[in-house]
Amino acid sequence: MSAPLTQEQKVVHLLNRTGFGPTREEVEKVRRMGIRAYLDEQLHPDRIPDGLVEEKLAGLKTMRLSSRELIDLYPTPQQAKQRTNQNPEMTGRQELMQGPRVVILELQQARLLRAVYSQRQLYEVMADFWSNHFNIFAAKGADRWLSTSYDRDTIRPHALGRFEDLLRATAQSPAMLFYLDNWLSASPNATIARFAPNNRRRGLNENYARELMELHTLGVDGGYTQKDVQEVARCFTGWTIRQPRGEGGFYFEPRIHDPGEKIVLGRRIPAGGGMDDGLTVLDLLAHHPSTARFISLKLARRFVSDHPPPSIVNKAAEAFRQSDGDIPTVLRAIFEAPEFFAPEAFQAKVKMPLEYVASALRATGAEVQLSHQLLRYLGRMGEPLFLAQPPTGYPDVGSSWTSPDMLLTRMNFASDLIANRIPGSRVQRETLGDGDSFARLIAPDALSPTTRSALSATEGGQSIALLMAAPEFQRR
Amino acid sequence: MNFARRRFLKSTGLGFLALGLPPSFLVRAAEAQQIGRGKALVVVFQRGAMDGLNAVIPFKDRDYYSFRPSIAIAEPASPENRVIDLDGFYGLHPALAPLKSIYDKGQLAIVHAAGSPDNTRSHFDAQDYMEIGTPGIKSTPDGWLNRYLNEKKKDESPFRGVAVTAQLPRMLAGSAPALTLSSIEEFRLRNESMAGALQKLYANTTDSLFRLGGQNLFAAMNELKQVQAKIPASSEGYPNGRFGAGLTQIARLIKADVGLEIAFTEIEGWDTHVNQGGATGQMANRLKELADGLAAFYRDLGDRMSDVVLVTMSEFGRTARENGNRGTDHGHANVMFALGGPVRGGKVYGRWPGLAPEVLYEGRDLNLTTDFRAVCGEVIARHLGQKDLNKIFPGFRAQAPLGLIA
Repeated sequence: MSAPLTQEQKVVHLLNRTGFGPTREEVEKVRRMGIRAYLDEQLHPDRIPDGLVEEKLAGLKTMRLSSRELIDLYPTPQQAKQRTNQNPEMTGRQELMQGPRVVILELQQARLLRAVYSQRQLYEVMADFWSNHFNIFAAKGADRWLSTSYDRDTIRPHALGRFEDLLRATAQSPAMLFYLDNWLSASPNATIARFAPNNRRRGLNENYARELMELHTLGVDGGYTQKDVQEVARCFTGWTIRQPRGEGGFYFEPRIHDPGEKIVLGRRIPAGGGMDDGLTVLDLLAHHPSTARFISLKLARRFVSDHPPPSIVNKAAEAFRQSDGDIPTVLRAIFEAPEFFAPEAFQAKVKMPLEYVASALRATGAEVQLSHQLLRYLGRMGEPLFLAQPPTGYPDVGSSWTSPDMLLTRMNFASDLIANRIPGSRVQRETLGDGDSFARLIAPDALSPTTRSALSATEGGQSIALLMAAPEFQRR
Repeated sequence: MNFARRRFLKSTGLGFLALGLPPSFLVRAAEAQQIGRGKALVVVFQRGAMDGLNAVIPFKDRDYYSFRPSIAIAEPASPENRVIDLDGFYGLHPALAPLKSIYDKGQLAIVHAAGSPDNTRSHFDAQDYMEIGTPGIKSTPDGWLNRYLNEKKKDESPFRGVAVTAQLPRMLAGSAPALTLSSIEEFRLRNESMAGALQKLYANTTDSLFRLGGQNLFAAMNELKQVQAKIPASSEGYPNGRFGAGLTQIARLIKADVGLEIAFTEIEGWDTHVNQGGATGQMANRLKELADGLAAFYRDLGDRMSDVVLVTMSEFGRTARENGNRGTDHGHANVMFALGGPVRGGKVYGRWPGLAPEVLYEGRDLNLTTDFRAVCGEVIARHLGQKDLNKIFPGFRAQAPLGLIA
């Protein structure tokens, strides 16, 4: 495709990139407001009332509880048993029987409901982007109870804020300290580490230091060495949590900190810095040119294409440097670049499973209730939410999401959704419209001749299911 | 009509005969071809970097015990929780006990100090290098298993290359058709009436990514309907979880003779930075799942193991010294297993580089003496019969053959 995008295509393209896909109402809204004003609004989510989503989330009790409360209320079966043995009147309390699985399930449901219903679509896209960038694995040990707060108190407050604040928040979050093991990393020379009986904190752990540079900031080719990994790990000794499953907050423990001098990326960090060593490293990394490039590349990959034009990455990186990592400024640079609305970018991205499922629910105007079935579908498509085990998170390139098994699951999802065979989601056939109007909504003037002719051979719900299973709807 | 016959008719352009009764000479010719029953390679990827030094323990290396005060596995002479002696120098972790009898039968070989020569300690990069088969070169577009499928063109069974994972692994990705299939039973459209239209849609799309995926999907679904009756039920004895479930599917496909040549599966959870455990604990649990799975697979396939070689690998090993949290950090060389009838097992291959501080890789990790491509290349050449490895592992030449395959 080489003709410039039509106005109608631009609107759909915008909604596919800054949100989880078009709805009829949203298309109308952009048409009314104009693209520029719509973007302005999306970049200031606090100006957008979001009552519907609040209502939808009201039933998710765990979303409002602190980590401490979650640990108390949703113990593992063994812990629950211990507790009821000690305290028989607690027997039969409902939460005690549910276990931490419920906590993760509610977190997953909230993510999906927000993707479908929030008016602050760009904000939700960014929350999803950052939780994948700063990935944790919600099924790892104490993170079963810490992930709720990680999402609510670490990622979401900074999703459209400054990168440095977000970086610092993740570095000090109990969930990340636990996931990448930094809470246990200690100076090998610390007396407390060496002599305290049964002390697990006896020496350096490189896990966080490495991923901090490889995945969170500089990128794997960003110019650090194995020596830097060790030095950064030394800087972060003492950044810990008291008890992952107890009083879980972040604190600095000077007694396990390595007080000596460190050299990080050629910069000398003098001895005796204490907790400031870690802060200095974060400052260094947040302002490093490799970080500006790496974050910009990842954003451009999410918003433009798997291999975005270097020109747009450069513009974003420049905006990153100039604005000191102000995320809305970087996003604006991407959205305002001509590359963003270039014909090459149209339908260039393969939807990740959450994007696929949410966009289907949005386009069909499905009524979504709390549902495990929808989450199970996401799992089978390869993206169980908050459950990517490796620190890399989920890959954001199309070839990762088009395996035969994944395509099959998407086809089955499409027909199940239209047939109202997925508990928790309900499509009103009467308001769905016909295939043609649905096609205009998802890919205006962009259906292949094959899809068009297949469409004309079907009717009613069948044609909508077919469209949602077609290659065009796998892209955004 | 059975699979081999239909393949034959299709490949000889006599497919129209399928409408009526084919002459008996064609049937005999097709059956003589034995397309379905062929040799297979199964790759198991241990994602997260297994600690090879605690899987196959060099218990006679003095430095091993001094480096690992809290996680070392006790010598074979110890009263309990001890290494299972293999040859007086190396021994198996006790959780790998189910593999011992296979080793003793000579159908399990071990290659120590093996892996990828690149010095990266990034999980992502190291896995990528191992999957594309060109350590240090990121631009390689396809995986080495896919290059094998391309190189050795033969019968076009849609089951020739199968990963029992949701995502198609890089190792199997490329221009040759490859399938992902997580469950044979659920590998079907829930609304059959859409099948025709969807198949056409995907066959004719100009979107090459989806054309390829769709073609592989429909070819396999259609084939699966034909061969359904031949596919045996799942066997008992596999461990619970995705790894065991994946191996079950692979074994069923091999037994069904549907043309499976390359299979891929994975087992996660090896990134033991903290509380790795020794004879019991975190890593022991992973090893038990691995060994239980492999032993179940071996038992399940029985005589068919004479056609199968299974190879394990992990992106890198872990530090020779334990870290401050009774765990290990990212290291270098590792250990690989090769299992199957054609394997000359009962032996630990590879030169042992030693653990003395001055011979450690970058002063901290087990040095590498066998490139994983030497192991895999030998299996491809000697087991699958693809002698020319230039396209599969470009730029790599093994120094001397290991003699791993009979």
